[in-house]
Amino acid sequence: MDQAGTFDAVAHGHSHEHAHHEELSFIRKYIFSVDHKVIGIWYVITGLLFLLFGFTLMMIMRYQIAYPGSPIPLIGNLFGPDKAPSGIMLPEFYNQLGAMHGTIMVFLGVVPLAVGGFGNFVMPLQIGAPDMAFPKLNMMSYWVYFVGGVTMLASFFQTGGAAQSGWTSYPPLAVISNGQTMWLVGMIFLITSSLLGSINFIVTIVQLRAKGLSFMRLPFFVWAQFVTSFLLLLAFPPLEAAGVLQLMDRVAGTSFFMPSGLVVSGKALTISGGGNPLLWQHLFWFLAHPEVYVLILPAMGIVAEVLANNTRKPLWGYKAMVYSIGFLGFMSFIVWAHHMFMTGMGTTMSAFFQTTTMIISIPSVVILTALLLSLWGASIRFTTPMLFALAFLPMFGIGGLTGLPLGLAPSDIHLHDTYYVIGHFHYVVAPGTIFALFAGVYYWFPKATGRMMNNALGKIHFWGSFICINVVFMPMFIQGLAGMNRRMYDGGAQYAHNQVILGSLFGIPISPVKLNIVIGFAAWGLGLFQIPFIINFFASIKGGKAVGKNPWDATTLEWSAPSPPGHGNFLTEPIVYRAPYEYSVPGAAKDFTPQFEPEGK
Amino acid sequence: MNIPYTVEERPDTGLANGKLGIWLFLASEVMLFGALFSSYVLLRVGAAEWPHRELSVPLGTINTIILISSSVTMVMAWASLKMGNWAKHRLYLIGTFILAGIFLVNKYFEYAEHFSKGETPAHSTFFALYFTLTGLHGLHILCGMVVMLYFIGPGAKLWKSNPEQFTNRIEYTGLYWHFVDLVWIFLFPVLYLL
Amino acid sequence: MHSDPAAVKKSVRSYMIVFVSLMVFTVITVAVSGLHLAVPIAITVALVIAATKGSMVAGVFMHLSHEKQWIYGALLLTVLFFIVLMFVPLFTVMDGTGTPGQAVGVAVAEPR
Repeated sequence: MDQAGTFDAVAHGHSHEHAHHEELSFIRKYIFSVDHKVIGIWYVITGLLFLLFGFTLMMIMRYQIAYPGSPIPLIGNLFGPDKAPSGIMLPEFYNQLGAMHGTIMVFLGVVPLAVGGFGNFVMPLQIGAPDMAFPKLNMMSYWVYFVGGVTMLASFFQTGGAAQSGWTSYPPLAVISNGQTMWLVGMIFLITSSLLGSINFIVTIVQLRAKGLSFMRLPFFVWAQFVTSFLLLLAFPPLEAAGVLQLMDRVAGTSFFMPSGLVVSGKALTISGGGNPLLWQHLFWFLAHPEVYVLILPAMGIVAEVLANNTRKPLWGYKAMVYSIGFLGFMSFIVWAHHMFMTGMGTTMSAFFQTTTMIISIPSVVILTALLLSLWGASIRFTTPMLFALAFLPMFGIGGLTGLPLGLAPSDIHLHDTYYVIGHFHYVVAPGTIFALFAGVYYWFPKATGRMMNNALGKIHFWGSFICINVVFMPMFIQGLAGMNRRMYDGGAQYAHNQVILGSLFGIPISPVKLNIVIGFAAWGLGLFQIPFIINFFASIKGGKAVGKNPWDATTLEWSAPSPPGHGNFLTEPIVYRAPYEYSVPGAAKDFTPQFEPEGK
Repeated sequence: MNIPYTVEERPDTGLANGKLGIWLFLASEVMLFGALFSSYVLLRVGAAEWPHRELSVPLGTINTIILISSSVTMVMAWASLKMGNWAKHRLYLIGTFILAGIFLVNKYFEYAEHFSKGETPAHSTFFALYFTLTGLHGLHILCGMVVMLYFIGPGAKLWKSNPEQFTNRIEYTGLYWHFVDLVWIFLFPVLYLL
Repeated sequence: MHSDPAAVKKSVRSYMIVFVSLMVFTVITVAVSGLHLAVPIAITVALVIAATKGSMVAGVFMHLSHEKQWIYGALLLTVLFFIVLMFVPLFTVMDGTGTPGQAVGVAVAEPR
């Protein structure tokens, strides 16, 4: 089958275009590029920067939590008297840092990196496409995200500061407090960017697969991006609608979410009333639950790729994993009110959501088990990406298991809005997803740049991060069980009713509140251990060991393109002959048989 | 560099990229308006009393007729291209654009009437919903008009260089436009009649 | 490609039929609303008429009656989640099983 004109006979393997190609200006080639690889790299760099920034906000917060009321050292006086007079953080500023930490990490950091970055760069290469189906739309998606990000950051500088009602922006508080308007405008940009991107991803995967690449031969990473894109496509619009409604409540005086009879600081609010705060919660969580699967699915995809490659074995249970991920995506739309067990819903609906929540844990377990079973009998290569991918497995396991008491209403009564919740979701996202994303960076860096990242720095980055991140989040389960509430300026001390929960260790009483000091140091340590990564990332672009097309001896299509691929990606039309993980095929000459290698070679 | 299936259909899916793309976009729009309809349902059920017949039924009916007509002219604009009749296509496309404009003008007068009576979005949840639903819908009409203007103006050049691609693009514009009409078909009875 | 000119000419006839039907249904729905039926019946009738009109627009104008599997699949998922979004929040807010007093969020004379 001849796809006329698909592959430029003169597609180059070098990153510099030669004179007989149309010479694009610097701006067209690097800034407003329509090439998925350039756009992907922009997403990766922007996403990583936002992750660092969001983490920095938390490192500042951790000082207040560990030593409530103490002046922040070194940088305390930089925030100004309206945020931190004499360097002591005000509660309003604490709330701003908290709300923006969540918002930035989820919407500006992880999703753009996992979907916009890895999805954009890797997916077209893995399916043998020359680019995305709609390259100009792709470019627009990035720049709309960028504008959304700038809006969010700029919100810190307005009078009254940034958003301070959590990343969840619950009314009535969010409607009457400062900083929310820019947050809402920023969200509208970010949601639009995601929607445009999801359309692009789905069309690309359906329409631009190479010859021979049927759906059941797709790398699991592509399946993950495919399901993720459907989640983004169908779940984000309700939040966009809700954002518009909340914006109108703030600027047009409407009462979509404002009930009648509200009294603020002793004065009755002059609004028409008749609104319902629960409406916001439903619309918000209708997106925000699928959103957490948007956070984890691409990570599972990356781990699957790295695991298959470094075990030199096919993935165990590929079919089960594919059906599970589809089922997971579907179920994610009907569990959302497990975030709302405390809103007074009756037991019928509560039972419904508890049931669907329990059911949704099944496909997660299937995928995790399949990944674990893939290690059985494997020849494991402990490369840096593999370390991160391996760590993902128990970390995601802990995160997932600790979600179970939260998904059951009776236990959720005690744990809701405590540090237990924070521990749960951070385990899935931080040593879960973010570790998988690091694995992805180390794994695909040679494809993007033609050079390997430094292994020694990678190992320091891994071990330091792994230890510190567990010291940060494991104590939070204890704190939550002790009753310490989240989003509290004093770090949750005032509700820590069950301080003796840990009893004592060797006669020394362990105070859950005092654990905040330990967590603080671990968090700052975690920050320090990112420095080797940052240095490694930039230094290796020019200084890393130069490699060819397939430094990892991998089997998927992206490794048949030059490193880095030129415009149009492949030098000859990619054709797929087999399943994606044909490692250690009995009787084969090498321990891997790539998808793109013709039969009988 | 050529992206495959931009114009011709991929054999196993039977689709061109743009066709799948526009339908996926419409799917997301269904969820967007769906959320607003859901808000309407929740707020109305939760309200002790709900206003009845606050809006001008005659004006709403006229606008419904205008929008349905514009849907017909839009599909005819595409059909004319399939039958190779450029002149008819221009007539129908411009006709759709004008009908859309009249719809918006009517809405302007409607809004102005309500504002003069103090019936602003802040007045009640009913009016908040009315203005938000019809406002968002109106914004969609405006965007549709911008796209039509592009294909009446500079975009028309594509007919000369790639008539198939141009025809497809008009088809996709039509799909979007019919969806906008479809939303109004539900908005009209819900807001004006019930 | 999509369809040849002769087939399109036939479709033009169906477009006109749909156009007339839509006008007729519009008149009907306005007329029925003037009868001031009981609210549940009025809502049902209005939505049934709107759904009929909508199906004609979707099926004929948007050519949905002979579209490809992928489109049907995407739309099926969308319709399912649309229904969930429409009804589940309402059920959640109206469900008072096991809670003291009245259901939350539904209009009552005296809030409990």
